Amino acid sequence: MQPAALVPYECDALLAFRERPLCVVLPESQEEVVQVVRLCHHFGVPFVARGSGTGLSGGSTPVPGGIVIAMNRLNRILKVDVEQRFAVVEAGVVNLDITRTVASRNLLFAPDPSSQPVCTIGGNVAFNSGGAHCLKYGMTSNHVLALKVVLPDGELAFLGSESLESVDADYVGMFVGSEGLFGIALEVTVRLLPRPETYRTVLAAYRSLQAAGDAVSQVIAAGILPGALEIMDHLSIQAVEAAVHPGYPTDAAALLIVELEGEQHQVEAEWRRLESVLKASQPYLLKAAQNEEERLKIWKGRKSAFSAAGRLYPDYIVQDGVVPRSRLGEALAEIERLSQKWGIKVANVFHAGDGNLHPLIMFDGNQPGSYERAEELASEIIDVCIRLGGSITGEHGVGMEKRRFMPRQFGPAEIACMNATRDAVDPKRLANRGKRLSEEFTSAHTLVGAHPLERAGVIARE
Amino acid sequence: MDAIATTAIAELQGLVREHRRVHVCGNGSKHVSPLSGYVALSTAALRGVIEYQPSEFVITVAAGTPVAEVNALLASHGQYLPFDPLFVESGATIGGTIAMNACGSERYRFGGARDFVIGVRFIEGNGELVRGGGKVVKNAAGFDYPKLFVGSCGRLGLIVELSFKVFPKPEAYASLRVSLPSLEDALALLPKLTNCPYDLNAVDLVMENHTRTTLWVRVGGIAEALPRRMDRVRALVGSGEVLSGPEEEHFWNDMREMRWMESGDVLVKVPLTPRWIPALDARIARWKRRYSVGGNVAWIATPSLAETDAALTSLRLSGLVLRSQAPDPHIGYRPFNPFAERIKRALDPLNKFG
Repeated sequence: MQPAALVPYECDALLAFRERPLCVVLPESQEEVVQVVRLCHHFGVPFVARGSGTGLSGGSTPVPGGIVIAMNRLNRILKVDVEQRFAVVEAGVVNLDITRTVASRNLLFAPDPSSQPVCTIGGNVAFNSGGAHCLKYGMTSNHVLALKVVLPDGELAFLGSESLESVDADYVGMFVGSEGLFGIALEVTVRLLPRPETYRTVLAAYRSLQAAGDAVSQVIAAGILPGALEIMDHLSIQAVEAAVHPGYPTDAAALLIVELEGEQHQVEAEWRRLESVLKASQPYLLKAAQNEEERLKIWKGRKSAFSAAGRLYPDYIVQDGVVPRSRLGEALAEIERLSQKWGIKVANVFHAGDGNLHPLIMFDGNQPGSYERAEELASEIIDVCIRLGGSITGEHGVGMEKRRFMPRQFGPAEIACMNATRDAVDPKRLANRGKRLSEEFTSAHTLVGAHPLERAGVIARE
Repeated sequence: MDAIATTAIAELQGLVREHRRVHVCGNGSKHVSPLSGYVALSTAALRGVIEYQPSEFVITVAAGTPVAEVNALLASHGQYLPFDPLFVESGATIGGTIAMNACGSERYRFGGARDFVIGVRFIEGNGELVRGGGKVVKNAAGFDYPKLFVGSCGRLGLIVELSFKVFPKPEAYASLRVSLPSLEDALALLPKLTNCPYDLNAVDLVMENHTRTTLWVRVGGIAEALPRRMDRVRALVGSGEVLSGPEEEHFWNDMREMRWMESGDVLVKVPLTPRWIPALDARIARWKRRYSVGGNVAWIATPSLAETDAALTSLRLSGLVLRSQAPDPHIGYRPFNPFAERIKRALDPLNKFG
């Protein structure tokens, strides 16, 4: 491969970290992946598996002196069992293609990260990807039944089975979300769900962010279990309205999106309760989608929030911290205070039902020192999440970006345990070296604005 | 955690460090007993709810806490553990439930224990106390030890504390009961039910004798919507009797407590998919058995572990013995898993937990 051809593999959707790989391998078969891993093990060459490069934490940034194994050609859907509701797919299959394949049978693959039109299931498995609909049915891990994986020395392992239940420790659960440190998933058996019979999607506009946050607590306290509960603040509403015109009220300080899903009579009963809870929360506007078209419009706005934010500022950092749901209001007030303290604009778009924040910290990479200041602010937001009893990442993963925060969330015994686990699985530390855990090297920082696909609105940093 | 529990944890850490072989036990609801040469470590002193703020829909409890206590507290706030822990009335502890992955019929709706455990504290083989996961419902930092410990059978470490996400409890339930002439008839109906968008809470098959099968379908949710939901389920199945109230509750409670077993029989859990059921049933038709979780679990009450082991092995199915004094709870097909070996080596290098 010519050096220029390696450029697309220098980073994932987190552009701040870049590294030129030694080479990129494009295997055509699972057997070729295994052979490459064995060669890497034999010669001590670190490797990084990569899908579509939509990761947001630098998880598939190459390692210096290492190779990239691009999984995109392993894109076959091997088996669809409609009656037993599972599918077996290769790691390079695109997330949305699974749902597309089974849609005519009224089934779906539930995890819906914003990058789902392009991201691969292998990447979803490595990072336990989430999305807007995790509240009721969970993340990727909750939808993976079995895995065929190649361990970092080339040995094959089969984890889990087609059944929903198991008699073993949950090795599937342990592998999913391991950020590539335990090896590479070759084949993934995913659970399919019946497509919800009906949806009720409602938009509530508030005069303050606090009021929207309180409404979330009230919805949850009322015993209603929505499929999604999302909040966008004033800045993100304006960006989105300018970009894709979803018909959001642009004067709102905060927008709450609530979506009920399921059996129609149950959803109707839930809707009556939800409506009275929302009315009591005093939004100045309450608008329910009247048809599928209106519903999709509401979601189009939400899902393009991050690409739209690119219109406001040349660059931004997305954080992914989590706080206990009852402390959302506190966290938002803290973010606002920090934003003022640093004089840096922060837009907030988040999975409110999960307590998963996505502050977008705006900066201009052409201004010297601007990235560093944004990073400082991001770091202080992460401290807020830890202090409130939350996590440094809800769904984007640690990757390269948040390695330095791990010792803030975990003590020495926890870090030692993680290292021991990693070393037992991969004694040579070849699989995705330098991610999540160790600080063996650092890549050069570069700032180059939004990812081309993001500018085109195809992927989003959600 | 209170002072007693803190002392208890330190004591357990000391015992793990001190002894060559240790065997963790809870309240004995699954009749597991320590092997010879193993020192029994009881989690009885690790008792109580450590953190619970109802509006958070997350609860943290000490491992030795009886599930019944957790259920009662959650129910008083209209919440529940959706994975339907087993043997609640027999005194099952929350730690034992996770270690044995003892989930009941209703895990069909929202998932098993693995889908609701979000945090764990455990004592490693070297005696270290380690935390995995956390107390928030979404967390991508660190390896997923909370899930790993589900079904670990006490072999990866001693579970000290667990955190769960919880859900609003369905305010009412109803069930459809359908008697069918054969297992084949029941299995023919199964995909209709498991693929329908009616949000069923449980789908179980009860084998009455050699062939006669009763299908039970449970639905939970808002009371006012239930009658119409049950009409739809009945229309889908084509026949059956709609039950609610004590009779309905009684059936599912007996399922949860496994009261349908003969005393003296051993209970075996077999994960499978519906397609495996005919072949398995042909081999075990002389015993009491039920097919639960939409055909994803076979519960077999057997007088003979050896014969059950042979039947499972011939079909390459794996089984877990849940109620017996058997030295090893795993029977049937046991494929080699190099990933499991490596994880075990990391957490329990001296093989103290067996």
